[in-house]
Formats: sequence, structure tokens, C-alpha cells
Amino acid sequence: MAAVTETLDTVQSVTQSGYKWGFETTIEMDFAPKGLSEDIIRLISTRKEEPEWMLEWRLKAYAAWLKMEEPHWARVDHPPIDYQDLHYYAAPKKRAGPKSLDEVDPELLKMYEKLGIPLKERAILAGVDPDTVEDRQVAVDAVFDSVSVATTFQATLRKAGVIFCPISEAIREHPDLVKQYLGTVVPTGDNFFAALNSAVFTDGSFVYIPKGVRCPMELSTYFRINARNTGQFERTLIIAEAGSHVSYLEGCTAPQRDENQLHAAVVELIAMDDAQIKYSTVQNWYPGDANGKGGIYNFVTKRGACRGARSKISWTQVETGSAITWKYPSCVLHGEDSVGEFYSVAVTNNHQQADTGTKMIHIGKGSRSTIISKGISAGHSNNTYRGLVRMLPGAANARNFTQCDSLLIGDQCGAHTVPYIESRNPTAKVEHEATTSKIADDQLFYCRQRGLSEEDAVSLIVNGFCKDVLKELPMEFAVEAQKLLAVSLEGSVG
Amino acid sequence: MLEIRGLAASINEKPILNGIDLEVPAGEVHAIMGPNGSGKSTLGYVLSGREDYAVTGGTATFNGVDLLAMEPEQRAAAGLFLAFQAPIELPGVNNANFLRTALNALRRAHGESELDAVQFLKLAKAETKRLAMPDDMLKRNVNVGFSGGEKKRNEVLQMALLRPKLAILDETDSGLDIDALKIVADGVNALRRPEFSALVITHHQRLLDYLVPNKVHVLLHGRIVRSGGPELAKELEKSGYAELIAEAA
Ligand SMILES: Nc1ncnc2c1ncn2[C@@H]1O[C@H](COP(=O)(O)OP(=O)(O)OP(=O)(O)O)[C@@H](O)[C@H]1O
Ligand SMILES: [Mg+2]
Repeated sequence: MAAVTETLDTVQSVTQSGYKWGFETTIEMDFAPKGLSEDIIRLISTRKEEPEWMLEWRLKAYAAWLKMEEPHWARVDHPPIDYQDLHYYAAPKKRAGPKSLDEVDPELLKMYEKLGIPLKERAILAGVDPDTVEDRQVAVDAVFDSVSVATTFQATLRKAGVIFCPISEAIREHPDLVKQYLGTVVPTGDNFFAALNSAVFTDGSFVYIPKGVRCPMELSTYFRINARNTGQFERTLIIAEAGSHVSYLEGCTAPQRDENQLHAAVVELIAMDDAQIKYSTVQNWYPGDANGKGGIYNFVTKRGACRGARSKISWTQVETGSAITWKYPSCVLHGEDSVGEFYSVAVTNNHQQADTGTKMIHIGKGSRSTIISKGISAGHSNNTYRGLVRMLPGAANARNFTQCDSLLIGDQCGAHTVPYIESRNPTAKVEHEATTSKIADDQLFYCRQRGLSEEDAVSLIVNGFCKDVLKELPMEFAVEAQKLLAVSLEGSVG
Repeated sequence: MLEIRGLAASINEKPILNGIDLEVPAGEVHAIMGPNGSGKSTLGYVLSGREDYAVTGGTATFNGVDLLAMEPEQRAAAGLFLAFQAPIELPGVNNANFLRTALNALRRAHGESELDAVQFLKLAKAETKRLAMPDDMLKRNVNVGFSGGEKKRNEVLQMALLRPKLAILDETDSGLDIDALKIVADGVNALRRPEFSALVITHHQRLLDYLVPNKVHVLLHGRIVRSGGPELAKELEKSGYAELIAEAA
């Protein structure tokens, strides 16, 4: 309590005196106390050297959030989250992390090993305080490496006119663009978690592709400076001007541990005439131990607006992590003949819960969408696909095709499909196909008779089941994702 | 070589095999015939380790090692191959990928280096050609949408690539056209070497014209009731099982 009062006092004195660098001097001040209030938001905004309008924007979101209630319609269960018991501006890794690898869930370390992650990096990923990692020079080098690669990339991007930077930098350096687009796809009051994110986000990416530019490389969060400190409340904004193309990769296959149990990111995509955005995610947040203890809650709002004619937004995701996932990457198809795509693999094992899917909102004439969802449940997990396809009156001749397949491994898990279809245009066409299958004993036996171990057999069958989605991923990502699927499902049979 | 003594097995408490005695010396091909439901496929499954079957008695050894104590994949690594009567479909799993994964699993078990995709494809294409199978068979998903005959040929392709020491072919000739029948027989004949044996389950004497067995056994009610030379198959083709069934009763 003392700490809280102390910081609030500091915030007040700082905002009153307007002394900009007030927090830099005391390292302790890098951490805001637990809890959320207008003062904390002011602190975040000041700390990020934001313009006044940004602070107002945040405060408006906060006011909206206060009036909202946590949604409970998803098929997930969790103990109540005490929003006053969280840090909203902090780098808690430095304080709360395990002191050494001995304190890290051995299962997690085993998984790093299987994914082929170098020993030195494993500690960093596991959230061990870098100061206590032996031989820390190596770990630090690894970070420096990615920084130097990032710098080279930045030069190429600048030449093409592409802006790719942390969102906090964009707010300072490109305020007009941010002001014009931020919150226009996911409004501050869109939902409980989006409102919370709008009030307190501190991290994330900003991408701007100018007219007619084909982004010269795939943009990966890995190459963004600071990418290793994935924020708790990330905010990503991608704008593709007319005729431009961009492919963006998010996440990595290594399971990431984080003391922040609650993650609530917002991603907004905007595609103008003939622009194309491909957004690929491989997410592998720490799911908790075999009993689900300690895993991440991942409540994400991802939405793309196909504003222009013939624009296209494509979401591809492979989700294996988190204790709880609540996530519906969506497309709002304003543009005539615009295209929305959603390709998803969601794997749940042990006690994981996932409620995920997409929304395709058809507004423009001739807009088309494709949804391919592959849910795999093993252990005691629950995996729900929740999808909405809405054809608005103007969506003449719009088309949707949905294919929703569930694969069950064992008989303790659940798969649920909840499709919502609303059509207000008689010429629009919606097709929905769904299947549920089990990995049959005779399939496993067939593979084993040919010499495959049971785990290799499961992995082969699962990868086959997901093929339609995996082939949408950029090549290197697809290879990693395949490996990840195998590792995530280890021990799920027999 | 394969040595089976007093082998008994049941499924869901229902006895299917009731004491099988059978010896297949190295280098020999034996045929197993018998009426529907007599337990022929069950014998193949029990030898290859399918878990639904409970072994209730007897022994089965292969080159001196106890087959029944091993996991199915260990039996495969020891050289046992079962061509399924009804091959299983693996949706989304590319046939070439499946075969390479299987071959590499066996190679690993034998301490050999794994084959990369290029090396494997070269090998696989040579085999498909030898078996007069279209190349696109490798690209398709394992047995998915295959015709009955194509599935059987795919089993022969797998056998040819995995080069087992003991092949059990469960009615691999059923549903094949005449040319394919010859291909199956050629597939087995090509593997014939002093350390290779085969157990060929069939209802048709025709296959045995191309693939001349050293011995023919008749299985009835889970027991071998008659054994003889190739001429036994010809006899049965004419007279059927009626006499044997009457004898057994
Ligand atoms: N899961 C099961 N539950 C009960 N009975 C079974 C089961 N599986 C097989 N059987 C029975 O076991 C007996 C032997 O079956 P098997 O498939 O071995 O016969 P087969 O000799 O191969 O016949 P076919 O010539 O028709 O292929 C049959 O009576 C069959 O119905
Ligand atoms: Mg049979």
C-alpha cells in the first residue's frame, strides 16, 4: 500500500510539474504499482512521452471499460480476475522471474530442447532473470544479434517507404497516421478486453505500407527491437494503402513464460483498394503445467477492415499455447469484391481451454470469405470453434465458405462448434461444412505396423489433418509449426 | 524364421485362435487358406501386435526373439510386415511422406542413416515403376479415394520399399485384376531371398500359380486342420471346405 501511495504522489508531482524525465532517474519508478486508475494511465502516457490526444483517448477507453463487464459467453472457465491486482506498467520479468533454471517447470525446458532452442536462450525464454543466468554474455549477444539484423532490415524498409516500428514510437513520430486510424477498426469501447487494452497498452507494432508498395520482406515481430519483451497489452496497427501488399508474422514457436497471467492484445488491420494483408500467427504461450496451473490467459481482439474494393485480408493462425484462449480474428468486408480469409489450427491438451473462431462481416457487394478451422483436442481439454458469418443487406452476391473440422485424441476431451449465420441479403450464399473425427486405433496401428512410434503416428495424422491451414503459412513458419504440433501433443495417446 | 506354438487369442473375451502350431522356415513361402471367419486375419493381427486382441496362450518367435513381447513398431523393426486385408486411410497424409517416415523409422531402428526427400523419391519412383503403378500414387493421401485394387497395390509398394524379412499378406490378391495379381506375385518374388519368409493368406488358388508356396495350411475355427504342398490349394479349389468342416465337427 505504501508503494502505491508513493507512486501516485510521484505521478501527481510529475504531471503537475511537467518534468518529462522524472521517471528515468529512479529505476524503481520503472514499475507502476498494482492496480488501475486514471493516475496509472497518466503515468503510462507520460512515461511513453505521448501527446495529449493520446492520453485523452486512453482515458476515454478507461471510462468505457469501467462501465463494462467481463464477458462470460465463451466456453471457458477461470477464477475471477482481480484487475486491481495486476501491474499495468511494469517490467516484472526483472523482479518476479525464477532465479535459475531449477525453478522452471522441467516440462517447459524439455520442450525447448525438443524444439531445438539453444541452451542459453532457453533461460531467457523461460523468464529467468538474465542477471542470474550463467554465461550471460551469450544470451545478451543473442539479443544484440536480432537488433543488428533488425537494423539492416530497417534500412531496406525505409528505402521502400515502409514504416515498421514500435507503436509507442509511431505515436510520437507519425501522430497523424496513428490518430487517423487507431481505434477505427476496434473502437475503444468494442469489448471489455479491447477497452482495457486501449486504456493501458504499452507495446506493439505499427506498420504502414504506402500506395502501390509491395513490402520487400516478411515483417516479423522477432526482428522488432524489444520483441523479446512481449507486452501484456500489445497493440498492433497495420495500414496497407491502395495496391500495397504486406505479410506479417507474429509470435514464435518457443513456449513463452510470463509472469503476467492476463494478456489482452488488440490488432487492427486496414486494407485499401486492391491492398493485401496476410497476418500469420504462431502462438505458444505457456499453457501451465499438466494440471493447468500457471498458464497464460490470452484474450485477444483481432480485426481487419477491408475498406477498399478488391482488398484482401488473410488471417492464419496456429495456436497451441495458453491456459485459456479467447480469440476471434475477424474481417469487416466493406469493399466491393473484397476478400476475407481465416485459416486456423487450435490445439488444446491437458487442461487447456480454447474458444476461438472468426467473424466475417459482409457489407460490400460481391465480397467473399473463406473459413478453414481445424480444432484438435487431447487430454482433458476443451476446444470450441465459434464463428459468425453476417451478410448485410448491401452484400449482394456475397459468398462464404466455412469448413470446420475437429479432431479428438482420447475420450476425455471436448470439441464444440458454434456457428452463427445471419443473412439479410437473399443473393448472398453461405456454405458451412463441419466434421468431427477421432484418431482411430486402426490408423495408429497401421502406422505403427509400418515402424512409426505412436507419437510419430499422431504427429503425422495431426499434420495431415491441418495441412490445409499449414500450407497457408510462410514456408519457414510452417516447418516450425509442424514441429510444434508434434511436441504439443506428446503423451496425448496411450 | 517364424515359429508359432499353441497360439491362442481372443477378442472381447471371444476365443478366435484356439492353438495354432505353425513353422515357416527362412526362405519359404506358406499359404494360409480357410473359410470366412476362421481366424486368418486375426492371426496376422496377433502376430503384428494389434492391441484389441488378447493372447491367451502359446508362443510366437521370429528368429528366436519373442514376438508377442514387443510393441508393434518393434516387430516392424524386427522385419515383420503386414499387408492389410482392408488398408487404412490416412486423410491429409501424403503417401510419399508416409512411406519415407516409415522407412526412416526402420532405418533409424537399424542404425542406418535416414534418407532425405530426394534420395527417397528416387527409390520410390523406381519401385512404382517396377510395380507398374502410376507416379501420382505417391502424391496422393494414404489410401484415401484409392480403388480397392489400388489400395492393395499400395500395400505391395510399401512392402517393396520397407523390404521386410517376414511378410504377411492378408488377401492382397482379392479384388485385383489379372495383371495386378501378377504384380503382387512379382512383388513378393522380388523379395525372395534366403532370409525372407512370407505367409500368404488367400482364398484363390490363382495367386499360387504365380507365387508357388512351399506349403499350404488350412485354418478352421482358429486351428490349422490340414497342411500340404501346393497341390492342396488346387484340391480345395475343386472340393471346397465342406469335407474338412465335416471332419472337424
Ligand atoms: N471386434 C470383434 N468382436 C467380435 N468378434 C470379432 C471381432 N473381430 C473379429 N471377430 C470375429 O473373429 C472371427 C475371425 O475373424 P477373421 O477376420 O480373423 O476371419 P478371416 O478368417 O480373416 O475371414 P475372411 O476370410 O472373411 O477375411 C470372425 O468370426 C469375426 O467375426
Ligand atoms: Mg480376413
